[in-house]
Amino acid sequence: MKTWVKILAICLLLYVHIGGLLFDVPRLNILNETIRALYFHVPMWFGMVLLFAISVYYAVRHLANPYGNFDIKSVECANVGLVFGILGMITGMLWANYTWGSPWHGDPKQNGAAIALLVYLAYFILRGSIQNEEQKARLSAVYNIFAFAAMIPLIFIIPRLTSSMHPGSGGNPGFNMYDLDSNMRLVFYPAVAGWFLIGVWIVLLRVKMRELEEKILDIEHE
Amino acid sequence: MILTLIQKEFILELRRKAVISGISLYLVSIIFICYLTFSLRQSSINEATWSALFWLSILFANVNGIAKSFIGEKKGLMIYYYSVASPQAIILSKIIYNVVLSVALALMGYLLFSVFIDNPLQDKGLFMLTLLLSSFGFSACLSLISAIASKTNNSNILMAVLSFPVIIALLLMVIKITKNALDGLAFVESQDELLNLLAINCIMVALAYLLFPYIWRS
Repeated sequence: MKTWVKILAICLLLYVHIGGLLFDVPRLNILNETIRALYFHVPMWFGMVLLFAISVYYAVRHLANPYGNFDIKSVECANVGLVFGILGMITGMLWANYTWGSPWHGDPKQNGAAIALLVYLAYFILRGSIQNEEQKARLSAVYNIFAFAAMIPLIFIIPRLTSSMHPGSGGNPGFNMYDLDSNMRLVFYPAVAGWFLIGVWIVLLRVKMRELEEKILDIEHE
Repeated sequence: MILTLIQKEFILELRRKAVISGISLYLVSIIFICYLTFSLRQSSINEATWSALFWLSILFANVNGIAKSFIGEKKGLMIYYYSVASPQAIILSKIIYNVVLSVALALMGYLLFSVFIDNPLQDKGLFMLTLLLSSFGFSACLSLISAIASKTNNSNILMAVLSFPVIIALLLMVIKITKNALDGLAFVESQDELLNLLAINCIMVALAYLLFPYIWRS
């Protein structure tokens, strides 16, 4: 990752934290000040879905060419995506505690997100229970692709079919064209970009770490 | 080749009757436990509980039944298949065979539910269609996952852990249609859900078909 991208990510997030907490936000019933969760909660899900998608991309690359180091990239993307998902879940629960009255409300979006996390937790359990490295990489790549494809209807389609209390669906005030006013966009888009860049940065660092660890193991074996 | 493999599955299954009767007994036991624990017949359950209980029993019976398709196969047998058949033929034959198994389990479950618990369905045709469609999804998804789980150390636990999150999308769709069938809504009302279910099935079968060769190689 180029140095200027890292600096850009840090600047974006500094701006998001300051702007997100201080800038004016529209007054909406029930939501009130909690609307600021938009800058911190929603980018987590964007980041999670993007990182999982990249993870699936590397899983496909791994199946096509098992000799590259695509498996490490795929795992680390899933790892960081899972962290983003957990953070998104926690921020969402905090928000729901103040607006819906309880942290867990059984909303379709909440359930879908929980299932997405379950899928990737199962993915890591699968990796943990295979000894052979080559087999571990191939089987987990297959499960990654299969689970991601089966998860898409859960996260993107089913919440739109059922009524949901989540902002942005079912006529609730949220991030629609007219109530996401242009001031919020000025912070929201940088927030999405900033958090995503940070996620990619962590992935790259972890990949580098894993590669070095493998190199050390190789040297020790010689 | 596929036909020969399917024929082989049926012959094997009918020859060692222990497996199929084991799964049937499993289903009977689950339903009987539901009957006893809810102490039905004295107090009847509402429709939502009926559909939840029904699909849970079917899900567990399917997971256990279809897990057998790769878990527990002898290693030598696998190598033999590898030398005589293409992976695509193997997964398709397993899926088709499992569809039959799954439909049989679902019908049996339905019959037992009507006998022991209740049969509050208003639209039986729609429900049968749902049973058939869900069997395709269950069979494709669980066959692939059984192949993955069979390569691991604790395959039985992994079979459940890996399959549940993946199968939920299908299960939610199915429960929604069942609700319509229970309420006796017009067929048009469930058309969207049926199409969704069909789409999920197509995704599952296509993925199983495409991904299985990579599992098979190891």
